[in-house]
Amino acid sequence: MYAYVIRRSLATIPIMGLVAVFVFLLLHLSPGDPAVIIAGDFATAAQIEDIRRQLGLDDPLYVQFGTWLYNLLFQGDMGRSIYSGLPVTRLIGQRIEPTLMLTLVTMLIAVVFAIPLGVIAAWKVGTWIDRFVMTFAVLGFSVPVFVLGYVLIYGGSMTLGWFPVQGYRSILVDPHGFLLHITLPAITLGVVYMALIARMTRATMLEVLNEDYIRTAYAKGVATRKVLLKHALKNAMVPIVTTIGLGVALLIGGVVVTESVFAIPGLGRLTVDAVLRTDYPVIQGVILVFSLAYVLLNLLVDLSYVLFDPRIRY
Amino acid sequence: MTLQVQDPPISARIRENLGNLAEALRRNPTMLFGLVVLSAMAIAAFGAPYLGLDDPMRQVPRERLHGPSADSLFGTDMFGRDLFSRVLHGGQISLIVGLSVAFLATTIGMVIGLIAGFNRHVDAVVMRFMDALMSIPAILLAIALVALWGSSVPNVILALTIPEVPRVVRLVRSVVLTLRDQLYVQAAIASGTSTPRILLRHIMPNTIPPIIVQATYICAQAVIFEAYLSFVGAGTPPEIPSWGNIMAEGRMYFYQNLGIILFPGIFLAITVFAINTFGDGLRDSLDPRMQRRV
Repeated sequence: MYAYVIRRSLATIPIMGLVAVFVFLLLHLSPGDPAVIIAGDFATAAQIEDIRRQLGLDDPLYVQFGTWLYNLLFQGDMGRSIYSGLPVTRLIGQRIEPTLMLTLVTMLIAVVFAIPLGVIAAWKVGTWIDRFVMTFAVLGFSVPVFVLGYVLIYGGSMTLGWFPVQGYRSILVDPHGFLLHITLPAITLGVVYMALIARMTRATMLEVLNEDYIRTAYAKGVATRKVLLKHALKNAMVPIVTTIGLGVALLIGGVVVTESVFAIPGLGRLTVDAVLRTDYPVIQGVILVFSLAYVLLNLLVDLSYVLFDPRIRY
Repeated sequence: MTLQVQDPPISARIRENLGNLAEALRRNPTMLFGLVVLSAMAIAAFGAPYLGLDDPMRQVPRERLHGPSADSLFGTDMFGRDLFSRVLHGGQISLIVGLSVAFLATTIGMVIGLIAGFNRHVDAVVMRFMDALMSIPAILLAIALVALWGSSVPNVILALTIPEVPRVVRLVRSVVLTLRDQLYVQAAIASGTSTPRILLRHIMPNTIPPIIVQATYICAQAVIFEAYLSFVGAGTPPEIPSWGNIMAEGRMYFYQNLGIILFPGIFLAITVFAINTFGDGLRDSLDPRMQRRV
């Protein structure tokens, strides 16, 4: 078991290494002079030269990569923003709290609602409840995050006045404000994720509910609720948890957009600002952080299988 | 002794496949619904230039941010451009992007997946590469690519294609791996059939049904992601209306005319909904046990 945990954890290192190579090469694989791409169309020759020097773009590629990786791993240094001159790690550090909280709250809401919805849909398969849940799920996939966001702002903030229009409050400073500010963004972001989890829950539950031991459980008089939760859901958890992990990729995409809609000063907002200014060191840093989070979360998901299925022993 | 098996002529096979599709549509009304809505959307988008609507780029500053009226069905945007005309025209880009990404991603993924599935050495290298590519959230990768390459429709298509390829590769590869040990493939190998021929004639046809289903989901996803890219300022250039950039440009004015966001949003949602329903229907008729991909 421990050997497996260690082996599985070590397996993420080459993946992250390749991700780092990708992220580093993105700029160099783009057509044109990297310094010109970053400087933009209206830069002077001196500005371009400045960027070239700052990023060491005249060095051979392997020297650039080596320096970059060395600084990243041993100095925790991701370079400096071209725009503000601040260290990328500091920019990311300042922005990480809102994004982390938004993602966590969204995941919590989504999981709490989506799994019961999926279970009920599978239990009442073919009825109007099932059809309602499935329609909701397909609709959830179809509405772009920001459309939902603006509709919620229009309805919840501007018309009803229940929620602040935009912005963010830290949970440590102002817990009440935090809840008010986080509700609409979390719903906005959560709908796709909920749709995904509800669908997967329903599909897996349908399969499990067809098993013989479920019939046996009913036959020996186990209460429906217990059959659904203990016999069926627990055995359906592995694919559901996998979906929760993989779905985070959708959440990360959504975060970038949602933070722009609700003016939340998080990593997504940082990404958008960096993209508008082709601030390459920042883009690099953000992609690395998000990818690392995604890889680590899915590592946790893989390791959690043992909780749901004792047959998995590694 | 040689054994010759004559394939039916192409025309007969196409007719048979179309017959199957018609049969599937008859049995599955939601799939039919998806196809009808999608066709209607395509006709509206590509027929828009011939409907005698206002020029989608013509600015009438006096009529800025009007609500819906008989004169302009969806109202006007912040430059006084007719929203109805813009939304209809905007469908062109969204549909082109969606279809192109679906086609390119499945084609590239199919080629890589077939090769990886049949050659262990290639497989080991390619799959590590694909794992890494899949670890970067799709949207982020696409945003970064467009930011570096510049905003244009081909760049958007390519940037959205690249993150989708690994999933197709995995799907194709998994089918190839299960088929490789099937008796009929072993028989083909034993009788000296060349590898390319085995891949193309004996294996590839079996990957087509799951790939087509996958293509519909990629298409739906690409339509939404095109809008996301426009929204963060790394999408279709403003000279060409697309659902994404109509919403992106109009977002500052949504409290004056919610229609700027709502109408393109509804059109986009209906389109994506139709593609997804069509895909679900295809999946159910091709293989009821196949699960929706994540």
